[in-house]
Amino acid sequence: MYVLIAGGGKIGANLARSLLRDGHGHEVTLIEQRRDRYERLEHEFEHQVQLGDATEIHVLDRAGIARPPDVVVAVTGDDEDNLIICQLAREKYGVEKVVARVNDPRNQAHFDLLGISATVSATASIMALIEHEVPEHDLIHLLELRKENLEIVELQIERNSPAAGKRVAGLRLPEGTRLISVMRQGRSELAEDSTVIRPGDQVLAVLEPGKEDELRKMLLAT
Amino acid sequence: MSYGERVKALVIGCGRVGSNVALQLAEEGWEVTGVDEKEEALTRLGENWRGGFVLGHGMDVDVLREAGIEDADAVVVATNGDNTNLVVAQVAMKRFDNQCVVVRILDPARADFYRTLGLRTISPTKTAISELLDAARACEIPAREPVST
Repeated sequence: MYVLIAGGGKIGANLARSLLRDGHGHEVTLIEQRRDRYERLEHEFEHQVQLGDATEIHVLDRAGIARPPDVVVAVTGDDEDNLIICQLAREKYGVEKVVARVNDPRNQAHFDLLGISATVSATASIMALIEHEVPEHDLIHLLELRKENLEIVELQIERNSPAAGKRVAGLRLPEGTRLISVMRQGRSELAEDSTVIRPGDQVLAVLEPGKEDELRKMLLAT
Repeated sequence: MSYGERVKALVIGCGRVGSNVALQLAEEGWEVTGVDEKEEALTRLGENWRGGFVLGHGMDVDVLREAGIEDADAVVVATNGDNTNLVVAQVAMKRFDNQCVVVRILDPARADFYRTLGLRTISPTKTAISELLDAARACEIPAREPVST
């Protein structure tokens, strides 16, 4: 597999290292625009790192984008740059798979608008983990499956929740939603028709975007 | 033209280029709002500036909304970052459905490519190259003495 990585910071360098590790047999080109960083990387990656601005077409050409690579990964510290690198790769060179880093989660909408997926945002992931560990809301977004147009949420069942004490089969779940599992006292089991929901349970559900409110009303009535 | 019918324009990035575009359009009677992340941009617009000004980054959708992108007739994108301009211009076109978006792109290669994607890109670098070429060609070059052998 040929992977082109734009941005030789910690993420880019570690990614290149992982891909090149013995046994994988991948081919990697890393592009870094800061000279000091490039020189340090060159000691380790030799001809596999190139100096230049990966949003410039001649730099991408020199790195072999016309082959084209199997994957282009844009992990610079600038969201604008990551967006444009992915857009050039896809629209100009027909690269099929692009992966972009989103530095500022507020820019996620721009990536979505321009059809750049997959995206990875450390901030958004850590925020989701914080919410999961220290829930402030009764419904937490765990995962968004953009391509599949589905999301996975966690709901906290309370004593007064309408779902408490009911079997899954007896719940009238809104269309476009399904329960996946029930976590009770640290143990998780798949939600079967016969599973009974209890106060204190954390329930995982998969749903189509926009169904949160209906599902919340049905299970939690808040 | 009555006051309410004035053409509304947004100028995102009020550096040397953007501020002069904003001033000129305002002079011509347009209702202009400038957007820049630096307050110094206001000094470039001058103390007689009667148009709007929003302090903030063009990538920030709330800033764009506050500046009135939703009912702007024209959007001029001229920050000093090519990639920022390319993203902001596409947001104006695709998210806010703005029909008239013009965008400054210094790099001629990116300007050409994004033109094929439907963006109205203007490359000052290309203009400079062609004008410099014309000027160089127009120089009056004195006839050389024949080389004696």
